[in-house]
Amino acid sequence: MKTVRKLTPSKSADPTRKISLTVNGETVEREVSVRMLLSDFIRHELGLTGTHVGCEHGICGACTIIVNGESSRSCTILAVQSDGMDLRTIESVAEKGGCLHPIQQAFQDNHALQCGYCTPGMIMNIISEFESNSKIDTSEESIRELLSGNLCRCTGYANIVEAVRDAAERMGKN
Amino acid sequence: MSTRTFGTRVKRNIDPKFLRGEGSYVDDIDLPGVLHATFVRSPFARAKISKIDVQDALSMEGVMAIYTCDNIGKLDIELPLLIPHDCMKDARTQRPLARDDVYYVGQTVAMVVAINRYVAEDAALLVDVDYEPLPVEVDLEKAVLDSAPLVHPTHPKNIAADLVQVSGDPEAAMLKADHVTKIRVEVERSTAASMETRSVAARYDRVSGELTVWDGTQAPLTVRGGLASIFEMDEDKVRVIAPDVGGGFGQKVMFPYPDELLVPMAAMELGYPVKFIEDRRENFIGSNQERKQIHDIELYATKDGEVLALKDFFLHDTGAFIPYGIAIAQVASTSIAGPYQIPNIHVQFQAVYTPTITITPYRGCGRPQACFAIERAMDQLADDLGMSRFEIRRKNLIADDQFPYVREGLMFADGLRVSMDSGQYQTALDMVEEKIGAKDFPKLQEQARSEGKHLGLGLAFYVEGTGLGPYEGGHIKIHPITGKVYVNTGLSGQGQGHDTVFAQIVADQLGVKVEDVILTEGDSGAFDWGVATFASRAAVVSGNAIHKTAIIVRKKTIVAAANMLEVGEDEVELRDGHAWVVNSNRCVSLAAVATATNPLRYAFNEAAKAATQFAPASKHDGPALDDGQSPGLEATDYFSPACATWAYGVHAAIIEVDDVTCSAKVVKYVLIHDCGNMINPTIVEGQVMGGLAQGIAGTLYEKIEIDEDGNITNANFVDFLVPYATEIPPVEIYHLETPSPLNPLGVKGVGEAGCIAVGATIASGLADALEKFNKPKFLSLPITPSMIFDVISDEAQN
Repeated sequence: MKTVRKLTPSKSADPTRKISLTVNGETVEREVSVRMLLSDFIRHELGLTGTHVGCEHGICGACTIIVNGESSRSCTILAVQSDGMDLRTIESVAEKGGCLHPIQQAFQDNHALQCGYCTPGMIMNIISEFESNSKIDTSEESIRELLSGNLCRCTGYANIVEAVRDAAERMGKN
Repeated sequence: MSTRTFGTRVKRNIDPKFLRGEGSYVDDIDLPGVLHATFVRSPFARAKISKIDVQDALSMEGVMAIYTCDNIGKLDIELPLLIPHDCMKDARTQRPLARDDVYYVGQTVAMVVAINRYVAEDAALLVDVDYEPLPVEVDLEKAVLDSAPLVHPTHPKNIAADLVQVSGDPEAAMLKADHVTKIRVEVERSTAASMETRSVAARYDRVSGELTVWDGTQAPLTVRGGLASIFEMDEDKVRVIAPDVGGGFGQKVMFPYPDELLVPMAAMELGYPVKFIEDRRENFIGSNQERKQIHDIELYATKDGEVLALKDFFLHDTGAFIPYGIAIAQVASTSIAGPYQIPNIHVQFQAVYTPTITITPYRGCGRPQACFAIERAMDQLADDLGMSRFEIRRKNLIADDQFPYVREGLMFADGLRVSMDSGQYQTALDMVEEKIGAKDFPKLQEQARSEGKHLGLGLAFYVEGTGLGPYEGGHIKIHPITGKVYVNTGLSGQGQGHDTVFAQIVADQLGVKVEDVILTEGDSGAFDWGVATFASRAAVVSGNAIHKTAIIVRKKTIVAAANMLEVGEDEVELRDGHAWVVNSNRCVSLAAVATATNPLRYAFNEAAKAATQFAPASKHDGPALDDGQSPGLEATDYFSPACATWAYGVHAAIIEVDDVTCSAKVVKYVLIHDCGNMINPTIVEGQVMGGLAQGIAGTLYEKIEIDEDGNITNANFVDFLVPYATEIPPVEIYHLETPSPLNPLGVKGVGEAGCIAVGATIASGLADALEKFNKPKFLSLPITPSMIFDVISDEAQN
């Protein structure tokens, strides 16, 4: 027998603030709960689910995005803190329906991903490094250091190291 | 013929989606109006619950419902024992929500459903539970003493299962031995730590009565069967989909975790979609773990190193419950003799209840523990007899002409006797000896020692029973409009690249591009016969099922194309998405063949015209489909392996010990690996390398720390040390390919291979490096800097 469906409250008792920011080049204005994490805001309010959440305590790097040009973990930032900021997420990296970014292409060509969960965070971190340095030190040790903010449980990293080296070559950064 | 893609390094079909951030994991699925669940969990390892008061929590704004054992109706049960076995009496399993008793820290006591996770967690804190704590013993060895408090009053000495297996006549063989080597080894508890935690979402359609569940599981069809059975619903009203899953490694194979029942229940009851996305702490305290075993292993040998008998007794920590039966202990006990022709084996284990999170498989499933025991024992035997570690192994390895090598009396985890089907063990050992540079190593070691450095060579062999039954299926259909090939199988992927390797298998039969083969797996709405992803079985079991199916579709396609092209069947070849008359430029596309085999009334597009009733090529002298004939180019078939197929490999490493940090540095790591015919070497290497990284993790970094009250004290990524890129060394991987005689593709599993031998290899290398220190040599995992310090510092004091 069907029972009467309970009414869902439209919102919680949390206080909210209005924020305005740029996400992937678009201006976004939203009313957000003051305790909402930026990662949740991006994923569930904006529907950009390519940014993943792996630990919510700033260790795994899966939620890495680019905030004002620097790679940052979106799980340790509150959405209200992002007011006025410029955010870029994995969704902005490839051309829509078109070519993959050379770093993304290098990941596919070198089998640098398996389950794909850590991949967007990895890529955003690498992009940020590539953009802020004219040359990338492609020594084994240095690439591993560059990747040392992102956990991957599937690949054992070897192919990610190769992908970074390959991408640096493709982009003339080596 | 088309170029064969089997065995080539084809790029993965699925990658562009993941790289663009367009993957669709459970928490990404758009469910408007979705409610969020979270759990109240026990803070005690063992306690009586005297009262649960939910009133304050329930009155919070935004809270929709709170469930305890008293309002979950038919779910208030002990959950199923998934793999029964006679050696367990009255096996204990968990209840979805605790009733009267809690058995480990983290056990689910109540579920809160609210409009978002933030509110749900606030409300969970307001659920008032009164506990009366009971004494606990979490130490595995102490748990079996008469004095230990019982986890379950039903089980004296906390023993959940006790099994002896015997092969040959060990008692007689022991008497003939000149020498016995006895060691005790121990492997600590660890966890899968997939990057995506476990997650489940459910939606109930009140009009159609259909329940849809998205579950980050390795066993969607089992989940479907379980839900239908427990909820007493028709199976076709329950659809379970494992969407993209962010790693599994065994933790996601067991069903049901409490949330997998309670979330669908809440969705049905509340009439809104509900989801539970586990956070990282919950994954540590609420999702199953593996590894803790203590082995006492004895090797009985002649003075020239031939092992006549093996005796092993081990304790296996099964946690508070044993829903997955004895699978892990059974795999460990039947893998205990490794690659060696030891004809006489006595192996016994006791699975022990401890008031800790339940133990079910994590990548390796008992094999790393067994490998650590036998390989450390072989090293010790070599030392005892003054032989080299290569020599002792060479002396005892199963020879190529001894396959299939049967261990009569040992029953593997598939319920069948251990029969190792094929391999080139001696060749593998020779290869690793050469690749690691064993011949020149003594000189290198000597030189290092003269410079005050400690350098050691480590070595370990492993075997892996893979590709277990009972069966999997494949369904293939060539789409009449696009000519693309749709493939289904029942098990699910967690990043292995099934979509690509299965596409390669199909592409070879049908002459289409790998990227034109589209796999849907792990969706009971697409294909609902099958079992699950575990024990390195997807390529073996689903792979061969899909291969067999593709052969049927190929045959159908050729028959139909020959008819259309008006030539004999032997004059048709399939390539480039077309059926060709051999040695001509006459062809017809697979789309057209698929259309023509589907007798139509309506010409919905140009190609369809050819299949309509008045078209010249249509049949006009009887029914459009003969008795027994089916429309289209489509087939379903199954593969059920005769028994497990045994992969194997050997690892060698050069390890340097840093005196100051007491850390182990991997200078060089080489591994030889044989998983039979490789469908895609790039994917095989990815699996091996990923497994190896988890092996390094379990060897040098990861351990679940449990205090004496049963609290996990490192339930986060700050304290539980999952390695970054900086902790994993480069590795040289070499392949042997000994085809399995047990399946048409000649493949063996590879999923777990990489992790099995790492602990034994690094321990072996460390023992060699620190040989001059007269100390027990690295007989437990993980190996911490303190353990290295203990070896080195005594010498310093001397």
